[in-house]
Formats: sequence, C-alpha cells, structure tokens
Amino acid sequence: MAKGDRGARLRDRRTAGPPPAEPGAPLGDDLVQLLTPEGERIDRVTGPDGVEYSVDFSDSEYRGLYRDLVVVRRLDAESTALQRQGELGIWASLLGQEAAQVGSGRALRPQDMAFPTYREHGVLYCRGIDPIMPLGLFRGVDQGAWDPVEHKFNMYTIVIGAQTLHATGYAMGIAMDGKVGNSDDPADGEAVIAYFGDGATSQGDVNEAFIWSSVYHAPIVFFCQNNQYAISEPIERQTRIPLYRRAAGFGFPGVRVDGNDVLATYAVTRHALDNARHGQGPTMIEAHTYRMGAHTTTDDPTRYRGISEVEAWQAKDPIARVRAFLAKQQIADAGFFTEVDEQATAEAMSLRERVLAMPDPEPVTLFDHVFVDETPQIRQQRARFVEYQASFEGSGH
Amino acid sequence: MAAKTMTMVKALNAGLRRALEADAKVVIMGEDVGKLGGVFRVTDGLQKDFGENRVLDTPLAESGIVGTAIGLAIRGYRPVCEIQFDGFVYPAYDQIVSQVAKMHYRSQGKLRLPIVIRIPFGGGIGAVEHHSESPEAYFAHTAGLKVVACADPAEAYVMVQQAIACDDPVIFFEPKRRYQEKGEVDLDASLDGARPLFASRVLRQGTDATVLAYGPMVRTALEAAAAAAEDGRSLEIIDLRTLSPLDLGPAYESVKRTGRCVVVHEAPGTIGLGAELAARITEECFYSLEAPVLRVTGYDTPYPTARVEEEFLPDLDRVLDGVDRTFGW
Ligand SMILES: Cc1ncc(C[n+]2csc(CCOP(=O)(O)OP(=O)(O)O)c2C)c(N)n1
Ligand SMILES: [Mg+2]
Repeated sequence: MAKGDRGARLRDRRTAGPPPAEPGAPLGDDLVQLLTPEGERIDRVTGPDGVEYSVDFSDSEYRGLYRDLVVVRRLDAESTALQRQGELGIWASLLGQEAAQVGSGRALRPQDMAFPTYREHGVLYCRGIDPIMPLGLFRGVDQGAWDPVEHKFNMYTIVIGAQTLHATGYAMGIAMDGKVGNSDDPADGEAVIAYFGDGATSQGDVNEAFIWSSVYHAPIVFFCQNNQYAISEPIERQTRIPLYRRAAGFGFPGVRVDGNDVLATYAVTRHALDNARHGQGPTMIEAHTYRMGAHTTTDDPTRYRGISEVEAWQAKDPIARVRAFLAKQQIADAGFFTEVDEQATAEAMSLRERVLAMPDPEPVTLFDHVFVDETPQIRQQRARFVEYQASFEGSGH
Repeated sequence: MAAKTMTMVKALNAGLRRALEADAKVVIMGEDVGKLGGVFRVTDGLQKDFGENRVLDTPLAESGIVGTAIGLAIRGYRPVCEIQFDGFVYPAYDQIVSQVAKMHYRSQGKLRLPIVIRIPFGGGIGAVEHHSESPEAYFAHTAGLKVVACADPAEAYVMVQQAIACDDPVIFFEPKRRYQEKGEVDLDASLDGARPLFASRVLRQGTDATVLAYGPMVRTALEAAAAAAEDGRSLEIIDLRTLSPLDLGPAYESVKRTGRCVVVHEAPGTIGLGAELAARITEECFYSLEAPVLRVTGYDTPYPTARVEEEFLPDLDRVLDGVDRTFGW
C-alpha cells in the first residue's frame, strides 16, 4: 500500500473485517457466576450492568433447586425415549440447559407471566405445571390446548421470535393496568419473561420487541438462552458481539450470566424481574449455556460439531456442580441424592404411562375452534365430513 | 444417457449443483443450508464444494434472506433462497410481495430480479404445526411472481435449473412428503430440449374425467387413476406444474373431451387455486361440461394436528369420491 493512500487503507480494513468475532467466547469478567463448575460458591459478584449479585438460600432451598434440576433432566430423557419409541412425533430436548430454565423459572413470582419457545419444559415444571401439558403438541394429538392465562405460561411458540412481541404487548398491558411500580413489595407488581434462543435474536420480531419494550418502558425480561447453536449454525452466524451487549443499543441493561449456574441465573433473573415490576423497564439476560443434545430428535449434530466441544461443555454440567456443592457443604447426604433420583424416576414413569394413554383426537374435532362464532361454512364442511366418513362404515375400510 | 434412480432430494441437489457450475453468479442462501446441507439435505455438500461465498448459512431471519437476495440480484447475482419450511415464509412475505414482485414493474423493466425462493410445502409427514402448510395461493395471487411446483425427481431436477435460469422471480414449491420417493433422472438432460418451465403436462390419458393436480397431489391423482381403472373408469391426469402463470391449454382440451373435471390440492378450498381453475375451465369448456368443476381440497381450518392430518388431506378415496360426484350430477 502506497504511503498516504487512504483509499487502499480503507479497502484493507474492509477485507480484513472487524476484529476477530468472539461472540461465543464466554468467560471474561462479564459473566455472572455464583457457583463454579467445580462446585465452589462465589459469595457475590458484580455483573456487567454494575449490579452486585448474590443469593441467600436456606439448605432446603438449595436442595429444592437440585431436585428440580434432576427431575427436569429425567423427564426430558423420558420424552426423548418416548420419541425414539414412536410415542412422540418429535422432541426438543433441554439437556444441558436445566440450570438456565430452573434458575429463571424459580425466579418468577406467582403473578408473573412467561412466554416460552418450544424448549422451556423446565420453566414449565418450575411453574408448578404438570409436565404432561406440552406433550400433546409433541405427540401430535393437539397444538398446545392449554389456557395460557390460567397457567401464566403461554402456549409454546415454534415460529422463531414471534412470542417476544406477544410478551412485550402483555407487559405493556400490565403497565396500562397500573400494575407496575406501586410499591417495593414484590407481591405487588407483575412482570413478564420472554424466552428465546440465540438464533432468534436475528429475527425482526425480536428486535421490534426490544424497541417496543424500551419505548414503552414495559415490565419485561428478555431471557435469551444462548445455547451456542441455531440448529446447525453456530452463534457466529448471528452476531459478532456478545448478545447481551445488544441491549445497550436499545436502551436497557443487558447482563450475561453463566446459564449452567442455577444460582447465578436465579439471582440475575430475580433482580431483573423485580426491577421490571417496580417500574424500571426491561432487561435482557443472556444465559450462556450449551445444547448438549441434538436440536430436536430429527437432527444429527455430528454433521456440524465435534465431540471435543461437547466434552468441554460436559465439564460445565449444571447438575454436577450443584451436587458437588451440596456434598461438600454437607447440605445433602447420599440418602437425599438417592431419594431425588427415585422421585425423578417415579415422575418419569408416571409421565410415560400418561403419554401412552393419551387418546388420539376424533378426526371430526379438526373443525372445532376455528372461530369463537363458528361460520356456516365450517358447519357445512363438518357435516359433509361426517357424512363422508359414515359412507365407509361397514365397508371394512 | 445417464439415467439414474434417485430421490427428489438428490435430484434437487444435482440440479442446484449444475446451476452453481453453470453460472458463477448463482448463490444459495438460507438457514442451515451450508454445513448441515439443509434440514432435508437438499443442499448437501454444496458449501463444501463451492465455498461459503456461494452457499451462505444466513442469520435466522427470513425477511433478511429475501431482502438481501434482492440486493444481491440488483448487484447482478442470481440468489436461490431456501425457506426451511412453508410455515416460516411469512416473515419474508413483505419482501416477497411488496418488493420482489414489483421491482421490474416499477423500474419499467430496467431492473430484473432473477431470484428463486424454494419452499418445501405440504403435509403428510406427521410434523408439528407450521411444518405442513400450503401457502401457494398467496403467491399465485400476487402479480409479478411466477409460481411453480414440482412433482417427481426428474421434474425437480430440470425445473429447479429452469427456475434459476428464469429472469423473473420464481417461487419454487417442493412437495416435502415426496422428497424421499425415487424416480429415474436423466442427469445429462439438456435444458434446451426440456419441457418449458411454465407448461403443464398430461401425465396419464383418459376419457371419462379430467383430474388437475400439482406438487404432492400428483402422485395421489395417479394412484386414484389406477384405482379407477380397476373399476372401469378412465381418468386423465394433468400435472399443472406452473401455478402462475397457469398453462391450461391441455386442461381445456382434455375437459372438452371428458366433460368432467376435478381439481385437487392440499390447501384449503376457499379462494384457493382450485377456485381459479374451476372458473377458467367453466368459461372455456362450458358447453362440454356434464357437471360443475369440483374441488377436492383441504378444509377451511388451520392445518390440524398430526394425528388427524390424514383426514384433512385429500387422498385416493377423496379424489375418487370427487370423480363419483361429477358422475352423479
Ligand atoms: C420463523 C422460523 N424460521 C425457521 C424456523 C425453523 N427453526 C426451528 S428452531 C430453529 C433454530 C432456533 O435457534 P435458537 O433461536 O438458537 O433456539 P434453540 O433451538 O437453539 O433453542 C430454526 C431455524 C422456525 N421455527 N421459525
Ligand atoms: Mg440456540
């Protein structure tokens, strides 16, 4: 490049691109962690948002979190097995993401509303909802069919990112209802949590949700489980900066938490939700985690990632570290661990039995619930359908 | 002639490969199309062989995929976008309908957008919601878009290349439930000698009634014809192939002979493609018709859950029932 040739320098820079992208590179000072992979407790830590995070759990609360983690993993394994045996059409496993889901799920207060993707079985469990509830969708006998308002847990959303706008609108409604910021009592205000993945952050809907919630100062927490992949595409295909830093550009705080650390995830989510309910607007949480299994049961991850990467994450397992901590601190003994495993197995067996017993819907029900006020057209099509079905009766068809 | 037996997935892959070889401006873009080779493996191995500048794993945003394809086309490229499943095309709907469809018109012909948008469509694979839809009417209703649907491996191989060579934007529907069905494909087939992209074809000749189908329903219609033949009824089967523009010359000719016509598609009937077909055939063949043109389609409900989808989808029996009804008129 000739000296003083500014154009050439500019061109060089362009081809070189910005500094090496390290969006997946985790562990700097900006990762909130309260329990190391070895099970060491970190008393308190200051997040990238300047907030000091800590938790103050009783022994039985610690044991409760461990129980959640184990049961949630066991139910997930059972669902994967049910799919393999042809009892579910597909399953989206949460394996590896238990802490992100249990930590955030337990941080919700009863009055809070959750908007899940299709993977939040652990959050659902922590809301006290029967884990059978989403299995109709995966078995193909319904498309959700639960009451989101009753459960404070919206139906699963498969279209990537769409639910973040629904969550934002719901949060705007909370504000309009005057249910925000009235007192410091956490039982008072309501807040919303929107779940989504790293891939989802590229969708227009998600970026619009950020803008809306920021402009309307909505009581919402954007909880991104960065599990490093959107099916086969690594996080580098979605971003060149750590995702949590995007929040700043939209005008609200972002924080990155060790998503395999249930304590840190709880602390960060609790804080963000309470901020929201007290009128301090949205927060984005990036839970740094890893999808240990396939994207869904139809996926083959060996096509796009190596075993060494998976093994490296295996060493950061969300459950092993809690177990190590409980044992080291003598918060739990061998009898407790056995009892939890037994409970997990019992819940899994109950789930299995009830999945097997799920009846197929009557075909004619496919005409039901298209509208509140059913149209003559649907009624006519249903009637013709019934007539047509009846024409096969007795024909051995 | 290098005729080989292969699946539609493999045939599409071979067609895309040939297009990438033939024209350095062809680029493939979509979610998971690179390393994974697409969730259906239609683009398997293409990134490895042609590089990351020709086969792009894009960020997860359909509006982004189609919107940037427009920019690439303005810049002289021929983008081939993959939408992962039918139900995920809607985030790109604005870019397709308001931008892709209109730029040639607005620029008074100065700007060409030779973009192909591939969409696996239709049901019958036992999938969860948004993975089994038939959105073709939305696009066929939009002026400025050409819309085609392939039905078997040999057709898929040729048609995808023709779509890429086409200077107008083409929405290319692939019947995903037929992806793994095999057929003979002539890999050396020259595009010059091939049936034009925007032409229908008579697949089976018959004398008693005409059945019009496209995409996944072509095979269903052929099976219905075989069953009808056993009952002594002769059905003529026409594969429409092109949904916009329509090529109905062969259909008119056929219906004028048979006097009866049944249109089959998976998409809901109301304001669907079948309505347009029935109207046109009625206009052209009015004095030859022995019965109204009947439609055998999905119902006017959202696509139902997997365990009842077989009841929603037209099958052999429903096609035959439709034919029977034209005889009972
Ligand atoms: C609008 C839309 N496009 C494409 C898909 C297909 N799809 C399903 S999951 C997925 C990847 C999602 O990745 P991420 O947001 O990181 O969530 P994760 O599955 O990793 O939890 C894709 C592309 C979809 N469901 N919706
Ligand atoms: Mg992900």
